[in-house]
Amino acid sequence: MLPDFTNPADWLPWAFASLMGLSILIYVILDGFDLGVGILFPLAEPEERDRMIGSIGPFWDANETWLVLAVGLLLVAFPVAHGMILSTLYLPVFIMLVGLILRGVAFEFRAKARDQHKRLWNRLFFVGSLGTALAQGWMLGMYVMGLETTLATYAFAALTAVFLAVGYSFIGSTWLIHKTEGALQLKAVQWGKESLWGVVLGIGAVSLATPFVSARIFEKWFTFPEVLYLAPLPVLAGALVVALWVMLRRMPYAEDRRSWLPFAVASTLFALAYLGMAYSFYPYVVPERLTIYEAAAAPESLLIILIGACFVVPVILGYSVLAYVIFRGKATALRYD
Amino acid sequence: MEALDTLLLSRIQFAANISFHILFPTITIALGWVLFFFRIRFAQTQDDKWMAAYRFWVKVFALSFAMGVVSGITMSFQFGTNWPGFMETVGNIAGPLLAYEVLTAFFLEAVFIGIMLFGFSRVPGWLHMLATGLVAFGTTMSAFWIIVLNSWMHTPQGFEMVDGVAFATSWWEIVFNPSMPYRFAHMMLASFLTVAFLVAGVSAFRWLIGDRAREVPAMLKTGVALGALLIPLQIYLGDLHGLNTKEYQPAKVAAMEGLWETDTNVPLLLFALPDEETRLNDLEIGIPGLASLILTHEWDGELTGLNEFVTEDGEVLHPPVAPVFWSFRTMVGTGVAMLLLSWASLWFMWRRRDRHQGRDPGQWFAVEGLPKPILWALVPMAFSGWVATLAGWYTTEIGRQPWLVQGVMTTEMAVADVPAPMVMGTLVTYLAIYAALLLAYISVVIYLARKAAKGDDAPADDMTHSGKAEVEAISPAE
Repeated sequence: MLPDFTNPADWLPWAFASLMGLSILIYVILDGFDLGVGILFPLAEPEERDRMIGSIGPFWDANETWLVLAVGLLLVAFPVAHGMILSTLYLPVFIMLVGLILRGVAFEFRAKARDQHKRLWNRLFFVGSLGTALAQGWMLGMYVMGLETTLATYAFAALTAVFLAVGYSFIGSTWLIHKTEGALQLKAVQWGKESLWGVVLGIGAVSLATPFVSARIFEKWFTFPEVLYLAPLPVLAGALVVALWVMLRRMPYAEDRRSWLPFAVASTLFALAYLGMAYSFYPYVVPERLTIYEAAAAPESLLIILIGACFVVPVILGYSVLAYVIFRGKATALRYD
Repeated sequence: MEALDTLLLSRIQFAANISFHILFPTITIALGWVLFFFRIRFAQTQDDKWMAAYRFWVKVFALSFAMGVVSGITMSFQFGTNWPGFMETVGNIAGPLLAYEVLTAFFLEAVFIGIMLFGFSRVPGWLHMLATGLVAFGTTMSAFWIIVLNSWMHTPQGFEMVDGVAFATSWWEIVFNPSMPYRFAHMMLASFLTVAFLVAGVSAFRWLIGDRAREVPAMLKTGVALGALLIPLQIYLGDLHGLNTKEYQPAKVAAMEGLWETDTNVPLLLFALPDEETRLNDLEIGIPGLASLILTHEWDGELTGLNEFVTEDGEVLHPPVAPVFWSFRTMVGTGVAMLLLSWASLWFMWRRRDRHQGRDPGQWFAVEGLPKPILWALVPMAFSGWVATLAGWYTTEIGRQPWLVQGVMTTEMAVADVPAPMVMGTLVTYLAIYAALLLAYISVVIYLARKAAKGDDAPADDMTHSGKAEVEAISPAE
């Protein structure tokens, strides 16, 4: 898997694929819980909603920026792939963008508009979050299916759309378990139990479909010794799912101990599933059509971005952590003072 | 015909998105710094009126910021969905510039805005002030990188073409391309003017509906003074920018002046109806020789006409004339209105000054001196910055056509092969959403002003309606 580090044309695309992969993963986990909270929104009582918003308010903007970085890296490092993927996914991308617009502005408007309009913005907040999640799930399915547009791939994409939306609700529930208390926290535990199936089925569906879409991936999965690299993934993932289930049945623990654990485990589970996908598709950026080496921009341009990224990304991670530290603890309704 | 329709619709779609988008960065770039100013004044004086001003405008900032973020994301995807040819041709140049925007600006803004909005009671004062400053700095950095890329598209240099793909040869030349300093300064001033008139206009509105909270005059004076100070600078800078354009994009200047034939002693046209069919203007009204004077600093200076940009086989390599001609006049007209109004306001406020009330420079001006008509004129001017900024961008962007990157690639070369009905469908949806959001935005700004005027701007009321009991000591109403 490792590239030849003496040849820039070899390791630069690899480095950028890794960086892009990392930002997609961070996005999926971080905005995943934002979107999940948005999807769970209508299930809560009106007075609980302000606290739900409060639990993601200081973070959602920065979380969404990881998507901008990911698509930006795709754009600048693999311009040909960017064009190919996004023009094939024209409509789901459009739906996702509309969803992101509605979610993002509803956030601000619901807090500032007059009371009688608040209901409308609440509804748009939910619709935007759900639409974004569904569109992303659809794109995930289409991508796994190699961007082929047939009835079967559409059906598969429809399934992954639902699974991802439920999966986001799951990680959103685990976030709420950590950030809330009292009746809302109990609800969040319940929501977590009810949406765990989305994660399981989502990971299961993608895992089952992936090797059968391409002979190359099948080979990679089921030949010796490669099969040994991959074997820990499903075992570990299964163990994490069981752990989550056991935990959720007993949560919240006395004195609210380890309320962060479900979210941490859920994030790990997402990361594992993602790693498995990345391993399978590598070195292709457009499945089975275009490798990262074929799609890469000129090495000189990549190098100048990478130098900047090496300095800046650690700083970004640093101050992002700072923000989470500052806003740690149970969420309250947000105030500007 | 199909290809043409997709091209036209894609252009309208991108223009609609970017026009909608630019409204909000135009506000946040300068409003970030104005908030930083309010925050510093509060730290210096411990006077609550500055914090009240901060608290009011930070809401407008948060709203504008969210609108800017979501409409900006749309565009980063549209490069791929609608304009794949752009990145395929000049991606090696545009890519790093866009990447640096995300890396140096977006994250800075997005992370610290959380602390700026919700951290006042959670972090030490210096950190809150730092967060405010960093958000302002982030918005400015963001503008810088985008202007660098945009300017490079107007005045490209520092690259070579190999097999139809651009490769960078000098990043210094790319970043500091000839039009960048002018365009960046022009845009920064545009942003500050937009905010100056927004702050002045909204404060005038609050004053007119009887809001006598102490921060209202402070904000009104800040807005008017900022506007009065910057508008002459902006006019001067605009002139320099025009001279730069004349050197590098003479076809654009010819369209701005409505000049068809190369000529000396060219009049400055106040009114004309440029006709591309006859290649003549109807109903010309102009001041003789003034365009020559402005652009060459000589009454009989020679200006290049549009007809020079038509090739022998009839290919038109100059922009559509009427839109550029009229956008330019809209921008200049708005600028003149800004100049007159801000200086008139300043003069009226100065006439009612009270020199004996202390040495605070604010006392040199008194809001009570403003006559009602002036106050009422300031209200609609709250959004005049938007008009001028959009008109200015239309002038320069339409003025670049038919080129996407001047002399390197045309817009037509970049467009995606998406079916026209699909582009049409998404375009209509975008337009509907943008119209609704714009309406919601403006009415919320008005609503916030009315609410503040009622003294109902208590801090606890900002993000929730459940905490009314916690109204704090810092209240805007005296």
